[in-house]
Amino acid sequence: MYDSGKIIIGLIIFAGIFTSPFWYDLSGGKEALKAPVLVLPTKADQQVCVNTLEYMRADHMVLLNDWRYEVVRLGDRTYQSPDHKEFNMSLTGTCLNCHANSAQFCDQCHSYIGETPYCWECHTEINKPENMQ
Amino acid sequence: MEHWSLAKKGTLINVLFSLSAVFILIAGAIVGVDLIKFNFLFGVIIPYTAITIFILGIILQVIKWAKSPVPFHIPTVAGQQKSLPWIKSSKLESPSSTLGVIGRMLLEILFFRSLFRNTKSELKNGPRLVYGSNKYLWLGALVFHWSILVIFLRHFRFFMQPIPSFVLALQNLDGFFQIGLPVLYISDVLITLALLYLIFRRVADLKIRYISLASDYFPLFLILSIAVTGILMRYFDRVDIVKVKELAIGIFSFHPTVPDGIGVLFYIHLFLVCTLITYFPFSKLLHMPGIFLTPTRNLANNSRMVRHINPWNRPVRVHTYEEYEDEFRDKMKASGLPVEKE
Repeated sequence: MYDSGKIIIGLIIFAGIFTSPFWYDLSGGKEALKAPVLVLPTKADQQVCVNTLEYMRADHMVLLNDWRYEVVRLGDRTYQSPDHKEFNMSLTGTCLNCHANSAQFCDQCHSYIGETPYCWECHTEINKPENMQ
Repeated sequence: MEHWSLAKKGTLINVLFSLSAVFILIAGAIVGVDLIKFNFLFGVIIPYTAITIFILGIILQVIKWAKSPVPFHIPTVAGQQKSLPWIKSSKLESPSSTLGVIGRMLLEILFFRSLFRNTKSELKNGPRLVYGSNKYLWLGALVFHWSILVIFLRHFRFFMQPIPSFVLALQNLDGFFQIGLPVLYISDVLITLALLYLIFRRVADLKIRYISLASDYFPLFLILSIAVTGILMRYFDRVDIVKVKELAIGIFSFHPTVPDGIGVLFYIHLFLVCTLITYFPFSKLLHMPGIFLTPTRNLANNSRMVRHINPWNRPVRVHTYEEYEDEFRDKMKASGLPVEKE
């Protein structure tokens, strides 16, 4: 092999970059394996969401975006769920009513997959100590 | 005319072959996951196999290249060589030092410097052969390669836990315009446009079509199908990405799990990516490591200062005049030929 010093350094860099997730997650130990833990509402009147579980898991951001459009641009605040129940389109008034603690609900998955939604740039969370006055 | 129609037929076969190969792969993933429920095979075994083939395949190929000697000093340059002190030399286009070579390689790898010089030749009415500059390939290639790099690095949010901050910063930058929700990534739009152009370029021009093979179309269709399935998963038929990340982290921490309820679209995407990286060490995609081992780029243009020794050179057996005279001295003397030693 010619230029073996340079070749070996190059190959180590290559293998290091492309196997970096292995080293990173192995060095993280059990921490890396921790899946998000959601604290769900327990009260009896808080067991029905505005849409199905599957839909909310995958598509809640679309729903919230639609709600924003309907409320802010069209002034319509009534949402009809698939089973024909009516809800008030409001993040603070409806969503946070049940999912009161965003750190134990929203942020769990969001920080796990690296999403930083810009909800809180306008909305405040009433239950947070710093927002209670 | 017959010549060109044959070329057209060849093109059609190449395009259809590559396209159907991609569709067969997609069908394979659908059958494997949706019908016979081989989720562990598609979610764990195939990814591990593909990663192993990718890394070992490239290492073996690079070692094979490194074993080939470079017999001649062959930098292909586009600038004045360093010579007399009062002649201005081109330090980046015709480097004479290692630093210059590194600069030239960086220009080549990051900005495709040599492709920027791409020209076209066209036969116009007359007939006149006209040469001109052609930057579209350079632009398309640059947009494609930078997009795929950004997309690859963005995916580290699924590979690593906790997510490194540079990945989050890159992701925010990519979604800078905050269009829609989930936020539209600029790289998703750019890679699709660039790939469509690169496919169009091969099909549209007769000369390029003539030299295009199935192995040219296949990677384009494969990467396009990966991009499209990714885009579908993000913007249209969303999958549960928390579970996707659990699967990815399971692979990288050697605790493989296959969570239930991940959509088949994800398995199609993963299977196509595994195909791409398995195909990588056996195809033109090897230009990624290959660019570093290209003697026309990575040699300094210093042949007037440093002698390049051909590694093939072996000690040559010569028969010197002195030995010749020793051998034939008597006969030379006898026939009256002058000799140097008596």
